[in-house]
Amino acid sequence: MKILVNNKETELTGGNTIAHLARQLELPAQGVAIALHNRMVPRTEWENTPLKENDSLVIIKAACGG
Amino acid sequence: MEKLIIAGKEFNSRLFLGTGKFNSNQLMEEAILASGTEMVTVAMKRIELNDKEDDMLKHIVHPHIQLLPNTSGVRTAEEAVFAAQMAREAFGTNWLKLEIHPDPRYLLPDSVETLKATEELVKLGFVVLPYCQADPTLCKRLEEAGAATVMPLAAPIGTNKGLQTRDFLRIIIEQSNVPVVVDAGIGAPSHAAEAMEMGAAACLVNTAIAVAGNPVEMATAFKEAVIAGRRAYEAGLGTQATNLVASASSPLTAFLN
Repeated sequence: MKILVNNKETELTGGNTIAHLARQLELPAQGVAIALHNRMVPRTEWENTPLKENDSLVIIKAACGG
Repeated sequence: MEKLIIAGKEFNSRLFLGTGKFNSNQLMEEAILASGTEMVTVAMKRIELNDKEDDMLKHIVHPHIQLLPNTSGVRTAEEAVFAAQMAREAFGTNWLKLEIHPDPRYLLPDSVETLKATEELVKLGFVVLPYCQADPTLCKRLEEAGAATVMPLAAPIGTNKGLQTRDFLRIIIEQSNVPVVVDAGIGAPSHAAEAMEMGAAACLVNTAIAVAGNPVEMATAFKEAVIAGRRAYEAGLGTQATNLVASASSPLTAFLN
């Protein structure tokens, strides 16, 4: 299934939830947040949030800044 | 020295550090530890797929340090609320440095959007520390909206130009019932000391430390300057004369004859 992660087309394999995506991308256990169609999805809901073709996600992580 | 209290939390240091512009994460961590700070800002960025860069977070997570995620990059209150929710989820804290500066040239904060976002974020349970113009009226409005501090700028971000807004900072400090943190533009320890002597509750410094020849030494210098300035404020500065006529500090009685 093709989805958009930070505006880049990504093939999601091995499952259809945000948790699958997080595992596929090897996201760390802390310091990241995910939004689906510009709504933040808490980590506790990743397992129960299915994705469908062309869903758009934003994934952020820590960066240096003042 | 009086302890700094923000939203009920005590801080032993009145120096806050930003984490931008350091040559390496290792150097940034050493500077943070040398500064004695207990409040460190962190920004957010979109991940790059297959990115293997060093995780900056592990260099700033220490038990004595409060993370202060910022909303840099947002242009409106609505975007700021979204960024805040992402930050709370990513970093596990409801503390937030609210910064909304749509103009990329001067990076000056948008007062209207900042006030609007503060009102919304306070209702959502965030501890909001807004970066703002050195505008005394705005600072009172932010305080009334529930901001935990106000963080007026000394000069545009990264300019190292010192307290260009000096007179307005004085008014803000005089009127404020929440801690006033002087943020942006502080370029030398003497600038920080001056802000603290004026009664600022804290200073937020980034560029001046990060781009110094020796950032760790500069972090120590800022630590000492902030302590010195605060001590002087609490001790009570002597009144400045209005003219140049001397006032002897030694006895003026004849000595040699």
